[in-house]
Amino acid sequence: MFDWWEKLSGYFVFDILKLAHKSQMGEALHFFIFDTVKIFILLVAIIFAVSFLRTYFNTEKVRVYLQGKSEFSSNVLAALFGIITPFCSCSAIPLFLGFMQARIPMGITFSFLISAPLNNEIAIAMLFSLFGWKIAALYIALGLLVAILGGYIIGKMGLEKYVLIPVTPMKGELEDIKIESDFKQRAKEAWDYTADIFKKIYLYVMLGVGIGAFIHGYVPADFIAHYAGGNSWYAVPLAVLLGIPMYSNAAGVMPLIEVLTSKGMLMGTALSFMMSITALSLPEAMILKRILHVRLIAIFFGIVGFGILLVGYLFNFILGGNG
Amino acid sequence: MKIEILGTGCAKCKALEAVVKEAVSKIGGFHQVVKVDDIMEIMKYNVVSTPALVVDGVVKSTGKLLSVDEVLEILKTF
Repeated sequence: MFDWWEKLSGYFVFDILKLAHKSQMGEALHFFIFDTVKIFILLVAIIFAVSFLRTYFNTEKVRVYLQGKSEFSSNVLAALFGIITPFCSCSAIPLFLGFMQARIPMGITFSFLISAPLNNEIAIAMLFSLFGWKIAALYIALGLLVAILGGYIIGKMGLEKYVLIPVTPMKGELEDIKIESDFKQRAKEAWDYTADIFKKIYLYVMLGVGIGAFIHGYVPADFIAHYAGGNSWYAVPLAVLLGIPMYSNAAGVMPLIEVLTSKGMLMGTALSFMMSITALSLPEAMILKRILHVRLIAIFFGIVGFGILLVGYLFNFILGGNG
Repeated sequence: MKIEILGTGCAKCKALEAVVKEAVSKIGGFHQVVKVDDIMEIMKYNVVSTPALVVDGVVKSTGKLLSVDEVLEILKTF
């Protein structure tokens, strides 16, 4: 798909700038130019597509749809809705209380709360650009699994007493809020949103690819396997822990992970790391602390973290080397 | 008209309040602009994603930061 760009950027680096083939400087620069532009193109295309699709869904609709459905199947639905619904961690409180108000069981709310940030458009777009659709699909599928089972387990634990604000369930059924928009408005909204996100993350992407390019050109291929103990048993938990504080930098961290996998990091470890970055976010935990007891947040993080850990080990076991 | 901005104090909610005030100053006339911070009040409008814009009791937008033009477009219909 990007062969033309591979050739063009190669021509620029090796023929116009006259850097020697196989030289570290030449390889690193070629990698940087090729990767940055490729990622930018895919990022804009995917984020636009996702945010356009999202103009047809909102969290209010999800709530109307989930109310009064049976358990487990709603966990599955809630997790699926998490992919297509726009979500910002600043909305976590109204979402949580609003779902309770509609008598949606807490476990189902958690399935949604785990899935929505995990399957965010930036993560999906970056994964697709860097690793191709197979890994992106795998990430989404495993993310859904963690969200469904995580929510289901939390629901079964009967933790409703840890919600600090009393919510009176509303009587009767909710009606959908009708907000009209035409095609042009939706396209414009999606485009504005894409531009907004792009402005926020492009520097991180360039920085990430830059450091990645350096590693690509200067660090030997078996570096991680040899020096960093990348394949030992503690690689996955370490990846999960390191991922927690990195939420806002997902776009910059992912190019690094791509390079690290080519230097011997196992794919399962890489997937765990990415899931930890997106699903376990400290800002979200701080926001939820206003309405949920710390114990409940700890259980939530614990279960999701454990799920991500299992995903990592499972994949390292199944895929072995670089997948 | 009565324009309400529903939001629990996130950055986007504050930004929407500023946008609405600018839009209102452009259309002129006397209008009431209220920022609703109380989560219980917000939930009465069946809104679960903030910021939301409510005009004369009708929810016109949820979960996004509108531009001044978009707000003007919404206010025009009232």
